[in-house]
Amino acid sequence: MSDDKISQAEKDEAAYFAERAKAQASAAAAQSPSASGTQDAHTLFDVQEMELNFGPQHPSTHGVLRVVLKVDGEKILEAKPDMGFLHRGTEKLFETETYPMGIPHTDRMDYVAAATSNHAFCIAVETLLQVEVPRRAQLIRVILDELQRLSSHLVWLGTSGIDLGAVTPFWYAFREREQILDFFEEYCGARLTLNCMRIGGLPFDLTPGWTERLAEFIADVPARIDDYEQLLTDNRIWKKRTVGVGVISAEECVEWGLTGPILRASGVEWDLRRARPYECYDELDFVVPTRQGGDTYDRYIVRVQEMRQSVRIIQQCLAKLEPGEIRGKVPRVIKPVAEEVYASIESPKGEIGFYCVSNGTNKPYRMHVRPPSFINLQALPRLAKGHLVSDLVALIGTIDIVLGEVDR
Amino acid sequence: MAGEEKPPAGGTAEKVEKPKEAPKPKLEAVDASEHPWVRSIRAALPDTVQSAKLFVGQVTVVVKREQIARVARHLKDAEDFKYCVDVTAVDWRDRQPRFDVVYHFYSFSKNDRIRVKCGVGEGEEVPTIATVFLAANWCERETYDMFGIRFSGHPDMRRILTWEGFHGYPLRKDFPLEGIDTGAAVYPEEWPDGGGPPKDDPNRKVVS
Repeated sequence: MSDDKISQAEKDEAAYFAERAKAQASAAAAQSPSASGTQDAHTLFDVQEMELNFGPQHPSTHGVLRVVLKVDGEKILEAKPDMGFLHRGTEKLFETETYPMGIPHTDRMDYVAAATSNHAFCIAVETLLQVEVPRRAQLIRVILDELQRLSSHLVWLGTSGIDLGAVTPFWYAFREREQILDFFEEYCGARLTLNCMRIGGLPFDLTPGWTERLAEFIADVPARIDDYEQLLTDNRIWKKRTVGVGVISAEECVEWGLTGPILRASGVEWDLRRARPYECYDELDFVVPTRQGGDTYDRYIVRVQEMRQSVRIIQQCLAKLEPGEIRGKVPRVIKPVAEEVYASIESPKGEIGFYCVSNGTNKPYRMHVRPPSFINLQALPRLAKGHLVSDLVALIGTIDIVLGEVDR
Repeated sequence: MAGEEKPPAGGTAEKVEKPKEAPKPKLEAVDASEHPWVRSIRAALPDTVQSAKLFVGQVTVVVKREQIARVARHLKDAEDFKYCVDVTAVDWRDRQPRFDVVYHFYSFSKNDRIRVKCGVGEGEEVPTIATVFLAANWCERETYDMFGIRFSGHPDMRRILTWEGFHGYPLRKDFPLEGIDTGAAVYPEEWPDGGGPPKDDPNRKVVS
C-alpha cells in the first residue's frame, strides 16, 4: 500500500515536471518569433526555483531548527535541515564530571521526556557495573517512563495539532499534561528537568498517597484520549492534512535508522520494550501498536494507541507495587572497569542509547548519546521531497523532534 | 565461569528468547574470536579482523580501517545487520592510532547488536559507510564535526552541529572545555584572535 503511494507520488511528480517542460517549451516556441514585448511577462512567471529559509524562529519548527528549502512555487524540491543552534557540548560535559553528575545533563537533552533520558543513562552505567535494580525501583521507573511517554505524546499531539490549525486539542492535551507534571513535581520536585533516577535505582521513594492519586487520574485518561480522538481522528481537515503526507516504507525506515512511532507506523512491530525488555517490561501485558500506511496520519494513530498502552502499563505496575528497597548495591564511588557498553531504551521518540567508555576512573572517558530525534530528523529531506511547504509543518511535527536532543 | 559465558557467545537463538544479559557474568571481557559473527567476517574478508571481545553479552570486533565499508556491507547482506544504530568515535589522545571509530549495528532477526571498531590515526581517512547505510550519513558528519575524522567517499562531508569555519574539534581531549576561537569565523573584524579567553589568561583552564 505504501509502495503504491510512493509510486503515485513519483508519478505525480514526473507528470508535473513533464507538464512544466511542455509549458516551457511551448512558451519558448511562442516567444521566439515574437517581439520582446512579451519578455517581461514571461520572465515574471518563469522564476521557478527559489531558496527559502524555514526557521530557525518559525514557531512550528519546535525549537531552533532551520530548514533551507529549494522550492518551485509551493512545491519542495529539496529540504536541507541545518541545526546546532542549541549545541551545548553535553557529551564533553559528561567526560568532565563523575557518573552520577551526568544524570542532570540528560534532562536537558530531550526536555519534554527527561525521565527516559535519565533512565537510558542509568541503564548504560548499570550495565557497565552490572548492578541489579530492586524490583520496587524497577516498577517505579516503568511508571515514570510511561507517565513521561504520555506527557511527551500529549505535547506532540497538542503542538502538531496547532501547527496544522487544530487549536482545540492543544488545550485538552496540555490540561492532562499539567496533571502529569504535577505528579512528577510531587515525586521529585521538578516538572521538566526531573533528574528522577539514580544509578542503581531511584533518589526517593514515593510520597504517601501518590499511587492512589495516580491510579485515580490514570483511570480517567482513556476517556480523555477518546476526547482527543473525537476532535482529530475523523476530522476531515486533519485527515486532508495528514493522510498520504510523508509516506515512508518499512524498508526505508530501517535504512534511515528510524525508530519509535515512525517505524511502527510503517508496519514494523519493533519496540525495545518488547524486543529487548529492560526493567520489568517482560512481565507486563501490552500491545505494540502498528499501522501499515507509513504516513503522517498513521503515525498519529500509533502515538494515540501508545498512550492507551501506557495507561495499561501504569495500571499493571501500580497493582504490582510492593514496599521494598529503591536503591541497588552501588558503590559510593562509582569506578567501573575499563570497558565499554552500549545500552538503550525506548524513549517516546525512538531508541535512545548511551555508549559509555570507561577507563577505570570515576569519570566516563567517553559518553556518547544515540539521540532518536537527531537520527529521525535525518529522514526529513526524504519525507518532504515533492510535498508542499505547508506539509513541511506537518512533517516536522510528525517526526516529533526535540531540538535539545538533536543538538545536545 | 567459561560455561556461564557460553550462552551469549555460542548461539544467537537463545538470545532471541531471552534478550536480557546472563544474570551474573564475570566483569571481564573475554576473547570472542570464535564467535559466529566474527568467524563469518573472517571467512568473507580474510586479514581484516584484528581482535574481538565479549563483555556483558556485547560483541566488539576491531577491524582494519581500510576494510570497514566492506565489513559493514558483509554484516548487512550476509549477517542481516540491517539497522545501523550509531556511528561515533573515541579519542585516546596518547595512543597510536589516536582515534577509534565505533559503529553499532542491530539485526532484527538476531535481536542483537554488534559493535565494530577501527583505529584511525590523526589525518587519516575512513571509508564511509553512508553508501551502505543511509542512517550513517549524519552520524559520520557529526563524528567529523566533533573529532575531525574525515570519511572518504561521503556524499556530504560538512560540519553539522557547529558551523562551517569553526576552528577545532570539540570532543577531542585536547579541546578546552570553555571553548576556543568561537566567533572568529563569524565576526573576524570583531574577534581577530578568536572569541575564547586569550592563551595567557589565568582563568583559562584546559580540562582533561
